[in-house]
Amino acid sequence: MDLKTLTYIIVGLSFALYIGIAIWAKASSTGEFYVAGKGVHPVLNGMATGADWMSAASFISMAGLIAFLGYGGSVYLMGWTGGYVLLALLLAPYLRKFGKFTVPEFIGDRYYSQTARLVAVICLIFISFTYVAGQMRGVGIVFSRFLEVDIITGLIIGMGVVFIYAVLGGMKGITYTQVAQYCVLIFAYTVPAVFIAIEVTGVALPQIALGSKVLGSDMYLLDKLNQVVVDLGFTAYTKGTKSTIDMFAITVALMVGTAGLPHVIVRFFTVPKVRDARISAGWALFFIALLYTTAPAVGALARLNLIHTVNGPDGQGTPYEQMPSWFSTWENSGLLAWYDHNHDGKIQYAAGKALQGKPKFDGDKRGPYGERVVLDPSKGEIAKGAPFANELYVDRDIMVLANPEIAGLPNWVIALIAAGGIAAALSTAAGLLLVISAGVSHDIVKGMIAPDISEKSELMIGRVSAAVAILIAGYLGANPPAFVAQVVAFAFGLAASSLFPIILMGIFNKRMNKEGAIAGMLTGLIFTMGYILYFKGIFIKPMAANVPENWLFGISPEGIGFVGMILNFVVAYVVSKVTAPPPEHIQHMVEDIRIPKGAGEAVAH
Amino acid sequence: MSTQAKQAYWKENLRLLAGCLTVWFVVSYVFGILLVEQLNQIRIAGFGLGFWFAQQGSIYVFLILIFFYAWRMNKLDRKYDVHED
Repeated sequence: MDLKTLTYIIVGLSFALYIGIAIWAKASSTGEFYVAGKGVHPVLNGMATGADWMSAASFISMAGLIAFLGYGGSVYLMGWTGGYVLLALLLAPYLRKFGKFTVPEFIGDRYYSQTARLVAVICLIFISFTYVAGQMRGVGIVFSRFLEVDIITGLIIGMGVVFIYAVLGGMKGITYTQVAQYCVLIFAYTVPAVFIAIEVTGVALPQIALGSKVLGSDMYLLDKLNQVVVDLGFTAYTKGTKSTIDMFAITVALMVGTAGLPHVIVRFFTVPKVRDARISAGWALFFIALLYTTAPAVGALARLNLIHTVNGPDGQGTPYEQMPSWFSTWENSGLLAWYDHNHDGKIQYAAGKALQGKPKFDGDKRGPYGERVVLDPSKGEIAKGAPFANELYVDRDIMVLANPEIAGLPNWVIALIAAGGIAAALSTAAGLLLVISAGVSHDIVKGMIAPDISEKSELMIGRVSAAVAILIAGYLGANPPAFVAQVVAFAFGLAASSLFPIILMGIFNKRMNKEGAIAGMLTGLIFTMGYILYFKGIFIKPMAANVPENWLFGISPEGIGFVGMILNFVVAYVVSKVTAPPPEHIQHMVEDIRIPKGAGEAVAH
Repeated sequence: MSTQAKQAYWKENLRLLAGCLTVWFVVSYVFGILLVEQLNQIRIAGFGLGFWFAQQGSIYVFLILIFFYAWRMNKLDRKYDVHED
C-alpha cells in the first residue's frame, strides 16, 4: 500500500475515534461545558492536560529546534516542564478550591474588581488566539505534505472535526477526546524515535541512546555529533550559542508563562478534589515527560542523519539526482530548498546561510538537475571554519515529520507521524477555543453584560462563541500573519508578566489589594509588550535591531517576560502597601482557599 | 478549626514549598544553566553532567518533586484534619 493511502486510513481512523467520543460525551450543562462537571479522574485529567499542552510546537517544532540549537534548545525542555512544578505547588490546588469556572473569574472575585477581570479576559483572549493560529498552521503543514490536499481543504477538515467535539461536547467532550489524542500522539512520537535510536546506537530507549555509543564506532553519539558539526563550522552541539543570562531569562519566562497559561490552569478545575489537583499536575507532567525526554534524542539523531544523508559518506555532498525521494517531496512543500553555489550539482550542508531568508521560488520552474529554482540565494560565502558554502535551506519544522523518511523507516510509521501531528495540533486548538468561548460567554456576557441570563442561554452563547472562534482560527491558519512565529514570545511573555504574578499573590499575600493587582498587571503587561514590539515590530516597524548588543541586560524578547514578571511583583507590592487593605470578606476568602476542606461546596454559591 | 491551627498548617505548607522550590531551582537553573560548564567536566557515559541535567535530569526531578509534594500535603492535610471527605 502506498504512503498516501495508508496515511488517509490512519488519519481517518483517528478522526472517527474523536468524533465517536464526542457523541458519547455530549455536554448538557454549563458545568459540563466549562469544567466537565468536575468529575474527571486525575490520571485521565493528566493525560488530557498532556495532550492539551503538547501542541504542534511540542510535537512538530521542538525536536527540530533542539536539533539546530543543541544545548540552547534546553530552554524549551526545562521551561515547558518546570512550569508544572509551579502549577502543582503554587496555583492548581488553590484555584480548584476556589471552585469557579474561569481564570478571570478568580481574578475578578479575589480583587473585587470588574476592571481586573476585564484586563485578565483581554490577556487571555489574546494569548489563546496567538496560540490557536500556530496550531492551525501545524494542521495545514501536515495535511499539505502527507495528504497532498491544499492547505485550505486541510484546514476545513480540521476545523470541522474540532467543531464537532468542542462545540457539542464542551470541556467534557474535549477532555475525553484529548485522552485519545494523547495516546495517538505519544505512540506516533515514540515509535519512530525507538526505531531510529536502535538504528544508530543499538539501544532502544531514546533517553539512554542519547548517551550511548554510535554503532560500529567507539564514539559516543554526542561526541560524534560535536565533532561532525564543528567540522562543518557550527558551534559544538553541547555548547549552544545563547548567553547564560539569556538562557536563564528565557527559561524563567517559559516556566512562569506555562504556569500562567489559562488553558492549562483551567484543566485543574475539572478534577473532583483539591488533592486530585495536586496529583493530577504530576500525572500531566509524567505524560508530558514521556515526549519531552524523548525529544532531545530525536533532535540529536535527526541532525546526525541529516548531515550524513546530505553530505554523503565522503562528506563532500550528494548529487541532487541521487537524493532519496523525501528530499523532493519536502522541496515541493517549500520547506526545503537548494541553491548550487559552487555549481557542482551536489548538495552541500554546512554552517552559514544558503539563502537570504525563507526560500522564494520561481513558481514551479525547475533547474538543470530538476531542483526548484530559488530566486533569493545568499552570496554563498564560506562560513568561518566550514569546508564549503552552505547550499541547503531546511525549515526546522520538518525535522520530526521528515525524520522517519530520512532514516528510511516503513510507511506505516510515517503515516503514524502525520496522525500524531494532527492529534497534537487539534487537541491544543480545542482546549484554547474552549478557554476563549468561556471567556466570552462566562466572563464577558454572564459576568459583565447580562448577569441574569439563564444557564441554557449561557450554554448557547458558549457554543456560538466557540464556533466563531473556530472560524477566526481557521482564517488565521489559512492566512498566517507574518508574525505568527514571533507572537509565541508574546503569549508566554504576557502570561508570565501579567497573569501569573497576580494569581500567585492573590493566594499567598492576603494583604494584596485591587490597586496593587491592577497596577502590577498593567506594568508587567505594558513593559513586556513594549519591549517585544520595540525589537520584533508586530504591526509596526521594529525600532531597533534585534541583536544582543541592543538588549536590556542582554535579555532577548523571548526572555523579557522574566523582567516583566519582577516588575509586576515589585509594583504590586509597593502599591498595595500604600493603599487600603482589601475588605474583610476577601481576606476570609483567601484563608478559605488555603484549606482543602469543603472543596465541593464552593461551587454552589 | 482554630485560627492558630490554620496558621500552623499554612506555615508547614510554606516550609515544604520552600524546600521543594529550592530543589526545583537548583536542578534547572544552577545545574542546567549557571554551572553547566563546570558540571560538564563530569562525564556519565556519553553525557556531560550539566548537559544531562539541562535536557533530561531536571525533568525527572520535577516529576519526583510534584509527587513528593502531593504525598506530603496529603499527610499534612490529615494531621491538621483539613482533608476532604
